[in-house]
Amino acid sequence: MSDFNTAPLPERMLMAPHADALGFTLKSIEKGRGVMSAPWREELVGDPETDVIASGVVTALIDHTCGLAINSAIGTPMPIATLDLRIDYLRPAAPRTGVTAEAHAYRLTRTIGFVRAEAWDVDKGDLVATAQAAFMLNTRAQPLEK
Amino acid sequence: MDDTAIQSLDAFLQRVPYVRFLGMRIELAGDEMTAVLPFRQTLIGNPILPALHGGAIGAFMELTALAQLSLVEPGRRVPKTIDITIEYLRSGRAQDTYARAILRKVGRRVANVQVEAWQDSRSKPVAGLTGHFLLRNED
Repeated sequence: MSDFNTAPLPERMLMAPHADALGFTLKSIEKGRGVMSAPWREELVGDPETDVIASGVVTALIDHTCGLAINSAIGTPMPIATLDLRIDYLRPAAPRTGVTAEAHAYRLTRTIGFVRAEAWDVDKGDLVATAQAAFMLNTRAQPLEK
Repeated sequence: MDDTAIQSLDAFLQRVPYVRFLGMRIELAGDEMTAVLPFRQTLIGNPILPALHGGAIGAFMELTALAQLSLVEPGRRVPKTIDITIEYLRSGRAQDTYARAILRKVGRRVANVQVEAWQDSRSKPVAGLTGHFLLRNED
C-alpha cells in the first residue's frame, strides 16, 4: 500500500479497502466534482423484506464521493478528514438496485472544504438522498505561522 | 430485559444482511446495550494512517440506533432512517469500535436518537450521530 500516497486520484479512491469491499466504481471526475456508484448486492441489503440497499451503504458512498470532490478541487494529494456529514434520506432506493452519488466541493478555504452531494438509484432527477458535509484539509500539516 | 425485546433484537441482527457484512454484534448488560464493531481490514478508509472509513463508522452508528429501537419497540418493522447528522471527532484507528444509543424521544411515528462511538476510552469519542427514524407498524 506504499503507493497509496502517490497513486493518481482515481486509483487512490478505489484503493481504500472499505470502498473496494463495497464494490464502489468511479463514474467521472472533474475539478471539484465527482461521481461514484455502489452496485446492489445481496449482502448489502438493509431491509430484508424489500431487498433495498442499506442506507449505511449510501452514507459510505456519499462520504467517499465527497472526499473525491474535495481531492479533485485541491489538485494535489493531501490527507483530509470529514468534520461533519448530514444526510436526508428522501426515499428508499428501488429494490435490488444500486446507488450513484455526485458530490460538488463548492468552496475551499485554506483549512476547510464544503461539499454538497446527491444520490439517486435510476434517474438523476429522482433523488434518494441529499447531503451536506464539511472536511478538514491537510490534516497532517504543521500549524501555519502568522 | 424481557424475551420479546431480545427476540426482536436478535431478529434484527440476524435478518439484516448489512449487519453481518460489517461484522457488527451486540452486547447486553441488563437493559444496557453496547454495539461492537470488531476491527476488519475491509473497514479501512485510509490505508496509510491507517484509519477506519468515515462511512463505516457512520453506518455502524446508524445500525446501533436501529438495534436500540428494535429493543424498545419490539414487533415493529425495521424503522426507516429519515435523516442523520454525523460529527467526526477523532480518527477511527485500526481497532475495535463501540457505540451506545440514547433514545431522546420515541413518539408515535418518529424517534429521535443520539449515538456515540468510541475506541479506547468512552470519554474520547471518535464520532457522534443524531438521527430521526420513522417507526413503522407491522403490516
